[in-house]
Amino acid sequence: MKWQTKERLVEISVSSIGLLSVIVLLLIGFFLFKEAFYIFYKEGVIRVIFGSQWYPTHEPPDFGMFPLIAGTIAVTLLTSIMAIPLGLGTAIYIAEVANHKVKEFLKPLIEMLASFPSVVLGFFGMVIIAPILSNWLSPILSEKLPEMLRNTNLPFISTTLADFCYDKLFIASGLNITTASLMLTVRAIPVIASIAEDALTAVPRTYREASYSLGADKWHTIWKVVIPASVSGLSVAVILGIGTIIGETMIVLMVAGGAAVVPHWIFDAARPMPAAIAAEMAEAPYKSLHYHALFGVGAILFLITFVLSMISDFISRKYRSVRIGEKV
Amino acid sequence: MHTIENMNKPFELACKRKLNIKQGFFLSLIRTLGFSGAITLFLILSFVFYNGFQVLSWEFITEPPIDAMTKGGIFPVIMGTILLTILCMVLVIPVGVITAIFLAEYSKPGVMLKSVMMSIYTLAGVPSVVFGLFGLGVFVVMLNFGTSLLAGSMTLAIMILPYIISTSEEALKAVPYSFKEASLACGATKWQTIWKVVLPTAMPGILTGAILGTAKVSGETAPIMFTAAAFFSPGVPRSVFEPVMALPYHIYVLATAGTHIEETRPIQYGTALVLIVIVLAMNLLGIILRLKQRKKRAW
Repeated sequence: MKWQTKERLVEISVSSIGLLSVIVLLLIGFFLFKEAFYIFYKEGVIRVIFGSQWYPTHEPPDFGMFPLIAGTIAVTLLTSIMAIPLGLGTAIYIAEVANHKVKEFLKPLIEMLASFPSVVLGFFGMVIIAPILSNWLSPILSEKLPEMLRNTNLPFISTTLADFCYDKLFIASGLNITTASLMLTVRAIPVIASIAEDALTAVPRTYREASYSLGADKWHTIWKVVIPASVSGLSVAVILGIGTIIGETMIVLMVAGGAAVVPHWIFDAARPMPAAIAAEMAEAPYKSLHYHALFGVGAILFLITFVLSMISDFISRKYRSVRIGEKV
Repeated sequence: MHTIENMNKPFELACKRKLNIKQGFFLSLIRTLGFSGAITLFLILSFVFYNGFQVLSWEFITEPPIDAMTKGGIFPVIMGTILLTILCMVLVIPVGVITAIFLAEYSKPGVMLKSVMMSIYTLAGVPSVVFGLFGLGVFVVMLNFGTSLLAGSMTLAIMILPYIISTSEEALKAVPYSFKEASLACGATKWQTIWKVVLPTAMPGILTGAILGTAKVSGETAPIMFTAAAFFSPGVPRSVFEPVMALPYHIYVLATAGTHIEETRPIQYGTALVLIVIVLAMNLLGIILRLKQRKKRAW
């Protein structure tokens, strides 16, 4: 064989294997939507997505996915409040504040936390956090605290606030969206921190030097120069972190409580979308309506993470072109 | 002398002090936030180690479960996870490395490169439970593998593919251009250069990525839940078409679905400990390898 032909053959085969990931992605999308199509066709898109009753095993069954979607939204919001500041704070600390030794110690640690098995996090939430919440925190917050507040005899505090604590801070079960969000925060911190850290490190040193030479101190430089310069990278970190939270399965399956109802308060139980798939797929008979409905949930999840990936890809692409343009 | 500067001095000092307080406050806030992840990791690790060590024994690791899993060891469970991980890596490494070679050496800017990059990026963000659904539909049912070692490994392989591709690509791109030029100047063809020069130079980096990938794969539960995992199987599977037990799934099942949740608590702790040790050992190995390479690199 002539060497040119051989080279050509190698190039063709390498390129075709390179295309495999495209094919896999297309296959996943195609397959999910193919299996999901039937439920949307049979029940109607609006009725499935906004229906408020998820009773897949009743007779006749109800496939309103709104409680599942609401569960995911609630858990995601609650987690974001904790995970975004913690993740970005970790990144700022590692990239800007920590000295070399601490940095070399913290970075691998964050990486380890990133590959920590989520089933162990769920287990920890079940065995430790949930009992703490229901057996220890609940009596303090919903019994002792209102009593103390009532004894103050102040206007407002002894009446409205005390009643609020009595009603709302009672934790019936430790398996609720707060516990789930706490564990999801542990899951999301390393994701947000590692991407955000890359974005912060990519800010040219000259920016910081210019800021210092104008007399700005460290915090001023971070807040007014480094963060604005890396804001697109930081938002990519946040978006991908949110994607992780939405798709995380084991934690919400084990500690979110599992009730397929719309949560109204932070101590309510919920059944987010991944938990519904994981919990019910084993019992759903092949090709039954329930099976198709679960693929419908999967398709919605896929679509959400797909859109999030696209947005973050768009942002980072735009950001890169800007950065090359103003390269120092 | 009463110049304007001097008159302003008290005011300036006050401003400076205020700034210092502000800076001090925010920097210490950032310091606290920065250690949150580390502290949480430490807390969870000490919980698992403290409870797990009381169960751990030679019998626990080398014997199968008995009495409806309330007693005995977890030998088949450990073997299941090891087999799943090894088979997954055997499947994914060739594909991942070749895709990385395509991206680093053969691709030209254009629609094809863009779509490959986009797919890898998107695949990396797909939730693991969605991979599980895909594996169930395609490998278990359509290709008729059944709930099996093979179906689970293939599902895991697809899940970890983007990670393997990106770490391999990074390793390939770190090979200096002068190496390639030297090889090409000696009359080697492009493929000879890649095969004899680029790949061997990048191999340590590729392996490090693979080891870190192993750590991620061995802890995953959702993708194998309906593709590979069995509630109970007596021993090591004899073929790839048999279901296996796996450490993460074992923890989940014993902690939530079993009829003896409280009685099996010690076994749950022990299983969690074994899983954590495997995952962290792989992680540490990868991190140490990477540090060594960075030190050894002569170019």
